[in-house]
Amino acid sequence: MFRKGIATGFPIMLGYLPIAITYGVLAKQAGMSLAELTLMSVMVFAGASQLMGANMIAVGAGALEIIIATFVLNFRHFVMSLSFMNRLRDIGLKWKAPLSLGLTDETFAVSALNTEEAKMEKGAFFYTAIILTAYVAWIFGSFLGGVLGEVIPEILSQSMGVALYAMFIGLLIPSVKKELKVGLIAIIAMLIHAICVYLGISTGWAIVLGTILGGMSGIYLLKEERT
Amino acid sequence: MILLIIIGMSLATMIPRIIPAFVVDKLQFRDWINRWLNAIPYAALGALIFPGILTVIPERPHIGLIGGIVAVGLAYIGLNVIVVVIGAIVTVFLLMI
Repeated sequence: MFRKGIATGFPIMLGYLPIAITYGVLAKQAGMSLAELTLMSVMVFAGASQLMGANMIAVGAGALEIIIATFVLNFRHFVMSLSFMNRLRDIGLKWKAPLSLGLTDETFAVSALNTEEAKMEKGAFFYTAIILTAYVAWIFGSFLGGVLGEVIPEILSQSMGVALYAMFIGLLIPSVKKELKVGLIAIIAMLIHAICVYLGISTGWAIVLGTILGGMSGIYLLKEERT
Repeated sequence: MILLIIIGMSLATMIPRIIPAFVVDKLQFRDWINRWLNAIPYAALGALIFPGILTVIPERPHIGLIGGIVAVGLAYIGLNVIVVVIGAIVTVFLLMI
């Protein structure tokens, strides 16, 4: 189960490295030491928040501002965690609580699309392995970015920015092929997000609204499905 | 100062993640809420992909879009996620040079 989880989590590793390196470079430029920027990855483990945090530190924002902005940006994980934990009912709290701490957009997406393991014996190992794979890649990548940031050509690190989006697409398409309605749910969420951005709502809240309201379409669309 | 920011950010990310782990066992959801929660992964993926993908190269949004279309094509023919990711990176890289 553990090995299977690492294999399932491997694409996350590939998607994380470029983002983590980008974060490392930015954090270094923002004036954080190598120890500080790596510690942030260890303790926070949230890509978008850390990139934003490094940016805000660079422009000299206050601690409270940064912390509140982090909370707002991460509120989407509350919704994701609720959905994920609802699927993991068969797994005990002593596993669930630490697993919830490793929840990111990517680990959530991969785990939520592999739900059969939750009912299997030793299923908790499967999710733990996915999250640890991602966590290690994230910390290692941040450190690497802090060390050799300026060596990487900008054009390459910019191109790598597409990695996470490609991963989300790669995760979504097989589900859409199985069940077209799933694609409709995703498109509705996309449109809600786009409308929110158009109305000037910040990205963090736009993702929350897209996820919550877009997910509501599932109440009707997934009606026949029994899970 | 930075240490204080790190600890604060750490708490601000941990709290929303961990609360559901403790409350979900105490709740019995109605059927429609379960359907809603089951749809959340797909909705989240949708909201995470678009319009964010347009900002890969902020000055040239079409590059991210083309990278995304290539990813859709590669995923549609059933290739592994890793191949999809590498294919998209190569596409964007080629469009940049």
